[in-house]
Amino acid sequence: MVKLPASRSGEGPYLRVKDLRVRFDTEDGVVRAVDGVSFSVERGRTLGIVGESGSGKSVTSLAILGLHNAKRATISGEISVGGRQLVGLPEEEVRRLRGRDMAMIFQDPLSALHPYYTVGRQIAEAYRVHHPRAGRREARGRAVEMLGRVGIPQPGKRFDQYPHEFSGGMRQRAMIAMALVNDPDLLIADEPTTALDVTVQAQILDLLEDLQQEFQSAIILITHDLGVVSQVADDVLVMYGGRAVEHGSVEQVLRRPQHPYTWGLLSSVPSLHGDADADLVPIKGNPPSLINLPSGCAFHPRCRYADRNGDRSRTDVPELRQVVERGHLVACHLPEAARQRIYRDEIAQVGVAR
Amino acid sequence: MSTVNGRLPAAIVGEPEPRAPEALLRVRGLTKHFPVRGALGGRALVRAVDGLDFDVRPGETLGLVGESGCGKTTTGRMLVRLLDSTSGSIEFAGRDITHARRGELRPLRQDLQIIFQDPYASLNPRHTVGRIVAMPLQVNGINPPGGTKKRVQELLELVGLNPEHYNRYPHEFSGGQRQRIGIARALALRPKLIVADEPVSALDVSIQAQVINLLRDLQRDLDLAFVFIAHDLAVVRHFCHRVAVMYLGKIVEIGDRNDIYQHPQHPYTRALLSAIPDVTTLGPAGRIRLAGDVPTPLNPPSGCRFRTRCWKAQDHCATEEPALITRDGGTQLTACHYPERGALSETKAAAVG
Repeated sequence: MVKLPASRSGEGPYLRVKDLRVRFDTEDGVVRAVDGVSFSVERGRTLGIVGESGSGKSVTSLAILGLHNAKRATISGEISVGGRQLVGLPEEEVRRLRGRDMAMIFQDPLSALHPYYTVGRQIAEAYRVHHPRAGRREARGRAVEMLGRVGIPQPGKRFDQYPHEFSGGMRQRAMIAMALVNDPDLLIADEPTTALDVTVQAQILDLLEDLQQEFQSAIILITHDLGVVSQVADDVLVMYGGRAVEHGSVEQVLRRPQHPYTWGLLSSVPSLHGDADADLVPIKGNPPSLINLPSGCAFHPRCRYADRNGDRSRTDVPELRQVVERGHLVACHLPEAARQRIYRDEIAQVGVAR
Repeated sequence: MSTVNGRLPAAIVGEPEPRAPEALLRVRGLTKHFPVRGALGGRALVRAVDGLDFDVRPGETLGLVGESGCGKTTTGRMLVRLLDSTSGSIEFAGRDITHARRGELRPLRQDLQIIFQDPYASLNPRHTVGRIVAMPLQVNGINPPGGTKKRVQELLELVGLNPEHYNRYPHEFSGGQRQRIGIARALALRPKLIVADEPVSALDVSIQAQVINLLRDLQRDLDLAFVFIAHDLAVVRHFCHRVAVMYLGKIVEIGDRNDIYQHPQHPYTRALLSAIPDVTTLGPAGRIRLAGDVPTPLNPPSGCRFRTRCWKAQDHCATEEPALITRDGGTQLTACHYPERGALSETKAAAVG
């Protein structure tokens, strides 16, 4: 399975996020939900963002779409979509991009679809918002076409049905149809299959892949499921406590992981292969509170190797730096040699990082 | 199929080694039909669970897996008598408990406990942890030696919580810790069998592993029997000796873990296993694509219920329901007229649109 680097059409990545910071001021203190995250996604590529709850992955995606309430959230950094700078753009203009150039698939299709309107009407509305000159009939035709495209049988009949008449998988397909109705170049899927059964999940993941081949869109897939990421992502970003801790190609991050948190995640996932009787190796402790993030490396209280380099993990925030291979970035204070040794002696044989 | 490396005693691996022959839990023909109002005002029946037979031996863990709507949760609730069955029988430790009345159930519940899926909804927010865990003792009028408080603190320690947190309220704990509280409560009466309904699916990956390890340790140390209900086959593989795969209210395949995961015979089991995205394989690795959704249990397909999505289905499958028996030299029971043979990897290439 050799993946060629995506064709560079000379314009650079479609989405570029640089030093993104999102803060919420709450009664209990400032929540630094995203704290300096940078990444980029090219057309036709899929970036998987992985992390546990509270790691900032959903906040990142909402920031890209400009869906945070400006009164409550403070956003800084750069978000450039197709060459346009989004941070600080007036709501009016973001709205013009949202749904047309970038679209989102939410986790729970039942709460994301309006129960009161037919599914088709909601999809047609998404089309007409960005095609004001399109007539009712044209919008309907387009919506039926999209329903068919995402594999819903009898799309003409399904158009006039309500969300409750759809099964879970069908609803998620309808959501995807709605997201794709304006041919967006950037698609953000936030846990698109978490609420679905595995056989339906497989259908939806296949569908996303087929559609990506067809439309050459850039996809961000947000998930806590490392298995899903391993199947569909080209690149992976691992987040912890609002920061990126590891970033690289899917091969690099899942096959040759270098950050202790990624090691921990991979060894805690039960797998269908390997020794079923071996105990899983969980990460001790709990994910941190974003109000009171541990000093230095946010992972240090749970890290088995935090003591290997004096006090640095407790005092300095590690920078995301390149290790070994090109494009493989890791934020960890462990000296290169020590990390290589730990990886070779303790990590490579156990768990899934074989 | 001997134990590799000779590391683990057969009792843990779950080899069909001769144990005490009598089952702790014996379920026969268990059925639950929910009456609903049909589309035109008529009455209809949701056949949530439709005739289950299985046994759980003492100290054994049985995994009950399947997709949503297959009846696994309904089954779990019937086992602990939170739901009454429509027909069939449940025998626990040699006693028929299918129709036991409230008064008879109370002593029974000392041996038979349940852990719920949602650690947020299953703990009373207005009670302290100490009170929550002590409740089963009080209800059953048990005075443990050394006092209730001491026993509760022992239990908290057993599940990896700080016994000093006796006086805290559920909201002060994280999701994983709350699930531990639920486990401590289930263990308070030293049960013989615990029904665990998706105990780890609401938890983050790193926390999920902690709780799975805890359950495994408890299972070994206390020799507990489990009915472990889950949709995640990878989790079940790490916890269960035996596995029953359910589809639309019926068991389609049941057997020892190694047989189910390495030589599954029912096409549905194969499809389910191949659909799981596994971290050990990168890229879309030959999934068996099942078309469509699970049919409605209001009107399940005739004959074999899986036939509408099965790539091997013949006319025969629509007319005759396959019995759950051993087939083709397999050691597990399979309900399929045309069972698959060989190891799992061999049919990976079979893709169905």
